[in-house]
Order: sequence, then C-alpha cells, then structure tokens
Amino acid sequence: MNNKLIAAALCAGVSLVALPASADQVSDLSALHAQMLQMQKDYAARMAALEKRLAKAEAEARAAKQSASAASTTAKSAVATAKATAVKLAAVPPLPATTPASAPATVLTEVASQVPTTDQTAAMVEPPAAPMPTTPPSSLNTFNPGIAAVLNGFYFAASRDPATGRIAGIASGNDISLQPRGFSIGESEVSFTANIDPFMSGFLDISFQNDNTPAVEEAYILSKDLPYGLTLKGGRFLSAIGYINERHAHDWLFSDAPLPYRAFLNNQYGDDGLQVRWLAPTDQFLEFGAEVFRGDSYPAAGSRNAGAGTFTAFVNTGNDINDSSSWLAKASYLHSEARNRDSNGHLFSGSTQLGVLSGVYKWAPGGNPTVSNLTMTTELFLDRQAGFYDGVRLSQDRWGGYIQGMYQFMPRWSVGLRYAQLSTAPVPIALNASDLDDLGHASRASTAMLEFDTSEFGRFRASYTHDEAGFKPIDEVLLQYTVIYGPHGAHRY
Amino acid sequence: MKKLILGAALATFSLASPAYANLSVFACEPEWGALSTELGGDKVSVYNATTGQQDPHQIQARPSLISKARQADITVCDGAELEIGWLPLILQQANNSKIAPNQPGAFDASSFVPLLEQPVSYDRALGDIHAAGNPHIQTDPRMILPVAKALAARFAQLDPGNAAVYQSRLADFTKRWSAAIVKWTAMAAPLKGTPIIVQHHSWIYMERWLGLTEVAPLEPKPGVPPSSGYLAQVLQKLQGSPAKFAIRAAYEDDRPSLFISEHAGIPALALPYTVGGNDQAKDLFSLYDNTLSMMLGALKK
Repeated sequence: MNNKLIAAALCAGVSLVALPASADQVSDLSALHAQMLQMQKDYAARMAALEKRLAKAEAEARAAKQSASAASTTAKSAVATAKATAVKLAAVPPLPATTPASAPATVLTEVASQVPTTDQTAAMVEPPAAPMPTTPPSSLNTFNPGIAAVLNGFYFAASRDPATGRIAGIASGNDISLQPRGFSIGESEVSFTANIDPFMSGFLDISFQNDNTPAVEEAYILSKDLPYGLTLKGGRFLSAIGYINERHAHDWLFSDAPLPYRAFLNNQYGDDGLQVRWLAPTDQFLEFGAEVFRGDSYPAAGSRNAGAGTFTAFVNTGNDINDSSSWLAKASYLHSEARNRDSNGHLFSGSTQLGVLSGVYKWAPGGNPTVSNLTMTTELFLDRQAGFYDGVRLSQDRWGGYIQGMYQFMPRWSVGLRYAQLSTAPVPIALNASDLDDLGHASRASTAMLEFDTSEFGRFRASYTHDEAGFKPIDEVLLQYTVIYGPHGAHRY
Repeated sequence: MKKLILGAALATFSLASPAYANLSVFACEPEWGALSTELGGDKVSVYNATTGQQDPHQIQARPSLISKARQADITVCDGAELEIGWLPLILQQANNSKIAPNQPGAFDASSFVPLLEQPVSYDRALGDIHAAGNPHIQTDPRMILPVAKALAARFAQLDPGNAAVYQSRLADFTKRWSAAIVKWTAMAAPLKGTPIIVQHHSWIYMERWLGLTEVAPLEPKPGVPPSSGYLAQVLQKLQGSPAKFAIRAAYEDDRPSLFISEHAGIPALALPYTVGGNDQAKDLFSLYDNTLSMMLGALKK
C-alpha cells in the first residue's frame, strides 16, 4: 500500500511537472504574438484618439476665445485659473492645487466644468506614468540572503527536577525534556532565506542548543513557479503532520509543545525528504499534501524501506465564517518504520501509524486582531505502535489530545490556557514495569500563561504548569522571552 | 488514495484551461478594490481582502485569503510594505505565478506616486517603519489619479480584449475625480492650518493636501501603543499648542483618542480612512465627502 501510494504520487508529480512545460511555451508564444498585435492596434487607436482630441481641443479653444471676448474680465480670469488648476492637477497631481479659498461659487463651478477638457489637452502632452526608478545599490552584498535570528531566554522553577521525569508509559525520543531549572537560553536559531533563481527559494535554519551543539534544523529548497497550484519542497524540513509540527518553537502559542507532540513525535518531527502540496482552485481553502522522509528520527529509526522509512499525507481546509471568525481543519496521517529505535537504552523495531485531527478557530472583532482576538486550537492524536520492544512482540493503540485557547484582551497583552492528556495502552506481561507500562497513570498537564508583546518582534511570557506527565506531579513556573530580529517571514494561520 | 491523486491531477488540468470571463482582482485594501471597480466595471470581479474595519498592517493570513489569491489574475495592493505582515505569506502559500512579485499581476499603488517619510536609516528601534516610505497614500485624493492611470493600463495589459473599456472608464473617472478634487479643495479651505492630533502616521498625505498641522501622534513610535505616561506628555504639549480635534482611522483602538478628547476637551473623530470605514464612506467619492464633512463639522464646535 505504501509503496504503491508513493509510486502513484511520484508519477502524478512527474506528469504534472513535465506536461505543462511544453504547453507553457506554446501559450507563451501565442500570448506574445497576441500582445504584439494588441500593441499595434493600441497604437493605431491611440493615434486616432489623439487626432480627434486635438481637433476637439482646437474647436473648444475657438469657442472659448469667442465667449471670453464676450464675457467680463472676471470670467476670463476664472477660466485662466481653471485651466492652470487643471493643468497642475493633471500634470503633477501630488502638488497642491492652488484654488484660492476666496473664489466665489460661480468661479468654482466654472473651474469644475473646465477641468475635463483641459485635462484631456494636458493628457496629450503628459508622459506615461511610470514607477519611480529605484536604483538598487550595486555591491557584493546586494544579493545577500535575508538573515534572521531568534533568541530565547528562560527562567525555570520546578517543584521536582524535570530532567529525571519522563512521560508515563511512553518509550519516548530524547528531545522531550523541559528546560533545565534556573536560567538558560534554550534554543537559539539563525535562518537564511532568499530566492535562488526564478524557480526556487532556499531556507536554512541552524539552531544552537543550550549545550552549544549546533544542528541543522531545516535546510530545504522550495519551488516557486510550478503550475496548477503545486509546491514542492525538498531537503530537511519539519513535517506537516499535525497543526503545529511545521512551525518553529518560537511560533507556538505556548512555551513548549503540547503533551501529545512530546509523546508521539518527540516534540516535533523533522527529517530529510520531499513534500508535495497542491492547493485546489476553490473558494474554500482546500490543500492536499504528501511527504516521504528518510525515516531517521523518532518515531522512525534506521531509515527503513531503503531510506524512505516515513510517509505522511495531509489535507487542510478552512474558510471564513463571517468578518470576525475563521477556521481551519486538518487531517493528517503519518506512517513510519523503525529499526532498533533507542529509547532510554531499550530498542523498538516495528511500525508506527499516527493520525491527527486538528481544528483551529480564530476570532477578532470585525476581523481586526489589533485590540483583541482569540485563537482556539484542539488536536486529537490516534496512534498505533506495533512491533518488538526489547524483543517482546506488542501492539498498542494509544491516543492523546489537547485543547488550548489564547485571548488577547488588550493591545500587547494575552492570556492562554491549555489542557493536554494522554492515554497509553496495556503492555504484555513480559513488559510489566518497563518504560511502556504506565502503571495505571494517566498523563496530563494544565498550563496557564500570561504574555506581553513589546512588538511583533518581542515577547515576554510567564506560565504556570501543573505537570502530571510523569508518575509524580511537578509544579512548574516558566519565565521566557523570545525575540526575532532581521527579515523574518510572517507566521502561518 | 491512488484514485484520489489521479482525480486531483485530472482536476487540475480541466480547471486550468478555461479562460475567465472577468479579470479576477484581489484587492488588498478596500480603496484599491473601489478603484478597481471604478476602472473595470463589469469586466473585473473584485475581492476585497480586508474591510474598512481592519488594520491593513495586521491581517491574519486566513485560509480564505489563500484560496482567493490562488485564483486571482491580479493583486491590487498599496505596497510600500504596508502588507508585509501577511501578503508574502499568502502569496507563498497560494503559489500563483500570475501575482508573484514583479509580475504584471502584482500591482502596487504606492510605486506610482512619490512617497513621503522615506527613512534615512532602517532600525527597528524606530518602531514599525516602512522601508519604502509612508504607504498611506489614499488619504490624499490627488494620489489616486496616477494610480488610476497605471491601474487602467495594467488591466488593459492583462486583458487586452477590454483595453478600450478600461481606457474610457479611466477617462470618465479622471474627469469626475478631477472635478471632485477641485470641489473638495474648495470645501476644505477652512481646514488650512488647523492643528490636529493623529493616532498613527496614517494621515501625512492628507495633512499635506489640506495644510493641516500635526501637533502630536498618539503613538510614541510608529506601531507602539501609547502608555499613560506618553498620553500625559501629549496632554501637556496640548496646553502649549492646542489642537482642534484628534483623528484616528475607524479600525484603530479608540481608547487613546477618547482619553485625549476627554482630558483636552477636543472632539475625537473616527475618520473612515478607507472605503467602508463607516456607513457613509460607500465608495471613493463618499469617502472624501465624509472625511471632509466630519472634520469641518468638528471645526465648528
């Protein structure tokens, strides 16, 4: 099933990419031809129009002369003012039009009625409006990529050392631990992005962990000009599984990933692979996508299937309810294969299937989020893990979910609440008291958070979490700042 | 699943071929939507991405916007980085090469008029500055004419079959608009030299047009909401150089200007700022009619 699907997706991709190329060239040529013909026609039409206008203007000038001689000197000066005003208006519109404030009403009507004629006359001599030439400075760094940095700082207090804690009943990845107690800077990121050529752009994001290890978080190329609403992404990137997975941590509404992401995706699933997206040409937002990954990071391991150990598929849809409210819904599916996945010294080989249903609702009065706005997010994770854990065969159906709300109650100030829960599954007797045994404990965590934004680039947070992810509850207080500087793209819906 | 992919592939081919009857316009702000309608009439179908009640700096990149951009033939936007917080993301997700930057289908109104407040240095410490200059050009009706001219030409370029229609509608609009400018200029004569308070630097083009004098903005720096300390400073400044009224755009937080209004005893006006900013500003013409009559009304108080 997997192989077939991948093959079908690849075929579809190839045919979609290959065919339009030739069609495009033909249509380009014919478009060019049509354009040339049109230019010719336009030119002839314009000349004819010009001649007509000239004749009309001459006639009007004669008429004006006659009426002017008959009229009083006031009328004459009124016409002159009108013409001067109109010429000024037409030729250099942004310059102030100097109609005297004391001008009598009759003069003003005169002015108004004179404008069109004079305007047409003026239009004849007016050069075509062109964009103001902006000469880019020519130097070695002209084509430098946009470089942005994201910095974090934490102060973390916890009633128990969370470093020893883990999620009950989950043989997790190695990236789920919380901040260390005390001060730390967490993860710092530097990203480089630019267009490579007319057809691709590139994105590189290097993160530095608290312990100074640099890591290539993302390094991908993104297609720019594929027809039919198709987008291809290749390289190392964050998977589109779930709603928040493909967002960098600084773009999350809370300081850490919700519990199901920590349990099932080791915080966030990123790997080396290929993604295709297709946006349907419908009024309702409807997007389909699929990904193939190497399968080297949790829940995958060991690059199974000849280096295509993970695949995902997802569909996104959304719309406005009215000016104030909008929504997004997503269904996504991940299948991954693992060989000797190491969790805390224990090995798992087998497959993981994960389905995620996501819903997002946003509200802002009149669609204007400046003063107040609300974002509600909920996701449900359904997971099946089947294979061998330390050589013992097992098949587990697990689920997890969270719901969170974030409300900006005045400019710059927001509050957030989140509740997350997990449900693991019974284990074979041979695995009693192993990491997979939850000993009847249901993991959950509740978080309350207050946020203050200095601007869209600076943010301070204070949050309190009652964390029952492990067997013993921990009370945690987290103070955090996050800043972004340098050209940084806007964040997704 | 396989069927679905095949079906999707077929759907793309069948949907891509038919020529649209109308130019599909994605207008970033209502004023440019209104101008598109003036110039295109029934030859264009206009989708307004934002309303007069929304801050064009801060729009959420909603799914509906992505779908509309996917199908657009042209975006008609202010440009000058006004939409930098949301449009690039929409364009990236919509992946519509017709409206990609620098394509004929990407129309930026502000590139056809000279902009004020072009910064000499770029530093975020200065607040939300726009690198290209102040983008709020539609507060001066004289800025509309060069934009209209360029837009009609752009419509004609994208839809040569209706070039004559766009040209004649442009001529008609220019005639009516020029007459209206003359009318407004005369109407607004009493406003010349009037000292005012503004919420955000959205009005500098109108201030230049009408000769208004800005006493102070209600933001310490562009895009930074005022603290009570800053508002106290403004009140103090008002004692030395009093203003006649305080203006804000309809979409802006009313609290700062109401505070000033209450403590300095001057009217606070929520000007429409764009088409649809209030019930009276139904189109471009009534936008300025209403803006001027509100300010003239406040002057009499």
